[in-house]
Amino acid sequence: MSASWLLIILLALAGLGFLLGRNRALASVGGDLRKLHSLPNYYGFNVAMLAFVPAVLVLGLWAVAQPMVIDASASGVIPQTYYQDEGALNLIMSDVRRVAEGLDLAVAQGVLSASEATVLNTQTTDLRALLGGVGVALGSEVAPEVLAAAQKMRVMTATGNWIMTAIVLAAGLGGFLVAVRMTQATLRARNLVESGILILLIGAASIAILTTLGIVLSLIFNTINFFSLFPAGDFLFGTTWSPEGRGGSEHLGILPLLWGTIYISLVALVVAVPIGLFAAVYLSEYASRTTRGFAKPLLEVLAGIPTIVYGLFALTIVGPMLVSVFGADGLGWMQGTRSVMTAGLVMGVMLIPFVSSLSDDIINAVPQTMRDGSYGLGATQSETVRQVVLPAALPGIVGAILLAASRAIGETMIVVMGAGAAARLDLNPFAAMTTVTAKIVSQLTGDSDFASPEALVAFALGMTLFILTLGLNVLALYIVRKYREQYE
Amino acid sequence: MSDPAVKSSLLTTDAHTRRRNAAEKRFRAYGLAAIAIGLVFLVLLLGSILFKGVGAFQQTFITLDVELLEAKLDKSGNRDPAQMAKVTTFGYNPLLDAAIKRATEGAGVENPFTKGKDLRKLLSAGAANQVRQFVLANPDRIGETVTFRLLASSRVDGYFKGRVTRESLARDKNLTPAHLEMVDGLREAGVVAKRFNPGFITGADASESRPEQAGIGVSMLGSFFMMLVVLALSLPIGVAASIYLEEFARQNWFTDLIEVNISNLAAVPSIVFGILGLAVFIQFAHLPQSAPLVGGLVLTLMTLPTIIISTRASLKSVPPSIREAALGVGASKMQTVFHHVLPLAMPGILTGTIIGLAQALGETAPLLLIGMVGYIASNYPGGIVEGFLSPNSAMPAQIYEWAKRADPAYYERAWGGIIILLVFLMTMNIIAVILRRRFERRW
Amino acid sequence: MTQMSKIERAATMHDIKISAKDVQVYYGENHAIKDVNVEIEDKTVTAFIGPSGCGKSTFLRCLNRMNDTIDICRIKGDILLDGEDIYDKRVDPVQLRAKVGMVFQKPNPFPKSIYDNVAYGPRIHGLARNKAELDEIVEKSLRRGAIWDEVKDRLDAPGTGLSGGQQQRLCIARAVATEPEVLLMDEPCSALDPIATAQVEELIDELRQNFSVVIVTHSMQQAARVSQKTAFFHLGNLVEFGETSQIFTNPVDPRTESYITGRIG
Repeated sequence: MSASWLLIILLALAGLGFLLGRNRALASVGGDLRKLHSLPNYYGFNVAMLAFVPAVLVLGLWAVAQPMVIDASASGVIPQTYYQDEGALNLIMSDVRRVAEGLDLAVAQGVLSASEATVLNTQTTDLRALLGGVGVALGSEVAPEVLAAAQKMRVMTATGNWIMTAIVLAAGLGGFLVAVRMTQATLRARNLVESGILILLIGAASIAILTTLGIVLSLIFNTINFFSLFPAGDFLFGTTWSPEGRGGSEHLGILPLLWGTIYISLVALVVAVPIGLFAAVYLSEYASRTTRGFAKPLLEVLAGIPTIVYGLFALTIVGPMLVSVFGADGLGWMQGTRSVMTAGLVMGVMLIPFVSSLSDDIINAVPQTMRDGSYGLGATQSETVRQVVLPAALPGIVGAILLAASRAIGETMIVVMGAGAAARLDLNPFAAMTTVTAKIVSQLTGDSDFASPEALVAFALGMTLFILTLGLNVLALYIVRKYREQYE
Repeated sequence: MSDPAVKSSLLTTDAHTRRRNAAEKRFRAYGLAAIAIGLVFLVLLLGSILFKGVGAFQQTFITLDVELLEAKLDKSGNRDPAQMAKVTTFGYNPLLDAAIKRATEGAGVENPFTKGKDLRKLLSAGAANQVRQFVLANPDRIGETVTFRLLASSRVDGYFKGRVTRESLARDKNLTPAHLEMVDGLREAGVVAKRFNPGFITGADASESRPEQAGIGVSMLGSFFMMLVVLALSLPIGVAASIYLEEFARQNWFTDLIEVNISNLAAVPSIVFGILGLAVFIQFAHLPQSAPLVGGLVLTLMTLPTIIISTRASLKSVPPSIREAALGVGASKMQTVFHHVLPLAMPGILTGTIIGLAQALGETAPLLLIGMVGYIASNYPGGIVEGFLSPNSAMPAQIYEWAKRADPAYYERAWGGIIILLVFLMTMNIIAVILRRRFERRW
Repeated sequence: MTQMSKIERAATMHDIKISAKDVQVYYGENHAIKDVNVEIEDKTVTAFIGPSGCGKSTFLRCLNRMNDTIDICRIKGDILLDGEDIYDKRVDPVQLRAKVGMVFQKPNPFPKSIYDNVAYGPRIHGLARNKAELDEIVEKSLRRGAIWDEVKDRLDAPGTGLSGGQQQRLCIARAVATEPEVLLMDEPCSALDPIATAQVEELIDELRQNFSVVIVTHSMQQAARVSQKTAFFHLGNLVEFGETSQIFTNPVDPRTESYITGRIG
């Protein structure tokens, strides 16, 4: 029985349980509500909860665990002489899965009978054509080893599904019966239901941890895979980046990508930090209420515009504009529309509201008494800002700039569209360069084959990016928090 | 007072103070300039979006009377759909050639071309298919002369929009200046005209050589199904997590761990979420690639921190007196939260959710990694389930795809797509602002 | 005993430093100060007392135009410093505040070193030609602030690291470093413990030799201890102004008497 049918049955069981539990509770006190410990609905919910939740948990765990167990034992069927390394085995196993799926599909569509499907032989049947007929395209002829593994997989899946159905239904019915039997007037049904809800709430809150865990694990495993195919030293210290197709790249050095990332981020910060900071100072110290009322939200519109828009802006407007000044017709420093400057300038514009609203908050947190002290000594407003307010806000502003830097390093679309594709170590800000994020996109887009170092390198790049931004974020959040505590 | 040299009058400013006041003025001007620069960029950005994108909503159409010859379209004459379907678009081309010829004669325009192939260059490559679909749907009209409004080719459209000139055609194989002479004549006769093109909003993506046919409709559906997933998951999970953290969590290492994770996830680059989606949902869980469901899951994880942060803020703004009142009449903690605190915090929660959704709607990078690239959006999904599971793209990914294509006609479509995307974002933000204004409470 | 001797000393007359005529202050619609006329003498401590919200702090802040920083605040009438109207259009408030320094309710040292805190005023006003002169000014001011001995070995330490009473004396030192003629103090001891309060009060008495000091206080005992002249404010009106001894022993106005005896306040 499929998981969706099981779910429907469990839902029905829960619905039934709700009615039964409610009625049983009411009946136990002869319809006199006041003699119940909790409201009658809670008794109903209690039964529904016990019938549904444990069974669904079993179902979920089983659904995750079964394919893993089956994969492991099916791959045992494939002789070790048949493949060279883990990567090749992965490819074979994906073939095995497709064959197994295809056979199931063929049986479902009536092309094969169930018994025919179990006795197939690669010599007598053209499996590739057969499976192609049901819509499962295979890259090559099916080897007998693959078929054997696929057959084993089908058998195990079938038995596994039966066991799963039995266990899940048993869990559902068991919970149902236990809950119905314990339903009586003195049962503290509300407390039971509420602790159930609390567990649910804790589960929801834990998703943040699971997400981080998911990110870290998926990065670590694939990075380890990558380093088993490609020397870590060459990746970390290589100064050339030139992937070649699938497999056989000699140069996958991260340094040119890191340089491009840092250079573009630097240009972006040089644009965003002074403009953002001055804007924040003006808005918080000088602007009248009305100016602030319209300028602040307008600046924040810049932050709400999707990065794809900035990317297109860089590609079709800023790039050509820069070329007309610095290109071959002008100063001759720039070859094409894509360059560090193009991406950096536009990214800087994107970061202006980010810097300004963070700094605005931070400047506003500087106590007024500090300003009064300075005015009382006869300082002008700008002297007060430069010599008292900004130094007082400095830690917070440094935190804000670090957060902006982390944003710049992790920004993808603007560099993909504005910075170019060539990885090079160059000082010319008008040269095209590329970044870590842009290469992650180009190495992973539209490809599901994770066996080659050229694809896996993206995970190593992702790992680098994650560590870099995480470090900046943690540092920045720490500084900002310390700063806020100081004035609270 | 004893020393009149030191004693200065208040009524005259000394040189030092004048210098200081000048510095003050300069500083103030820097601030004003910074804001002005920011606003100039905003105007520049919005201006270029409008200026470059509005054209995409208009397209050049050629109105032709096409004679649906029975001899060409249904030789057997028994209107058998299977037979008629065997006539490919090639079979329709002569009809179009004849129709253009007739139109030029009717308008009195000189026609220097003898080959039908050259004449057809005025029309979109998809024009024949449009006529064919009509014939297959209305077999009874065969033999009549039917008036069609057909898409002009993208070069003709470019000529109408000023993108293509006689000079730029010198090295272009797709059209010649002689064509443009014809187009000028036909324009005066009203055969060729630029009008509103609903196909851009509702249509599917087209091949690289047919920019005039490309539309954003299918990827809009992709975005729509993704947003459904994001809304259905991130709102309940976000609210549940916030309720736990704000109302129930004790101060311990586990709570601290969650808090640190949330604030860090809020600042993790979006592309890292794409990697997570690729590795966990596709590589590990074998969910279908390019599916809006997977895109929705990835964007859910990405928006959760935003929603949790804003939901906690609105829960926090409900004063403790409300909780005390409910607890005081004997409600349980859980009842207090769900009966009193949550309803009062709801407007703030919805505002935060809409803003989170708007953020997710504009996100591109993670979608590229899980295969939701633009060129996939060429077919409408067959139903609701396919809508979630069959490969599709999303609006920003479609825009990126168009921006990558070589034909400048696609730039116009990319900007046009941005206008549509921004209209959605603006609507969502305006709804959020209205919600906030309407239901905001001052305690 | 000391109180008596102070009152005797105060009997000698001094020049008029600040004279306020018919001063009105409005906060938006609210008429906060009504018809205040007062003359503040040089080298004298003048105390403003009254119940909270009576306008004494508002009036004090008018004397060095600190109210300029509040948008909705409007002032009418004349306030003359040495005969010059400080609200004259030609007057630069920056220059005025160099002459009329201010110390605030809560100690507010800048997040800089002790040295830089004191040197801030002289630096912005360009009072020192070189480092040696600046050092001299800083030392002199810290001595006048009666805090030199406590901080001379750690001038580079942050001013925020000092105790509350030390911070307030540092703020006073900072204020006197610009060589003001008048020193305004807005409840300078309200955030301090009794020992620190006593130190600051002692300091105020010393400052009188060089400056005209105006102090706002909510404590009548403090006014009696440190001031020679006292002004009693009530609901925005200056009810009574005179010798401190006379105000506390023989008030003319019944409202002053009620306040001093604790019936209103």
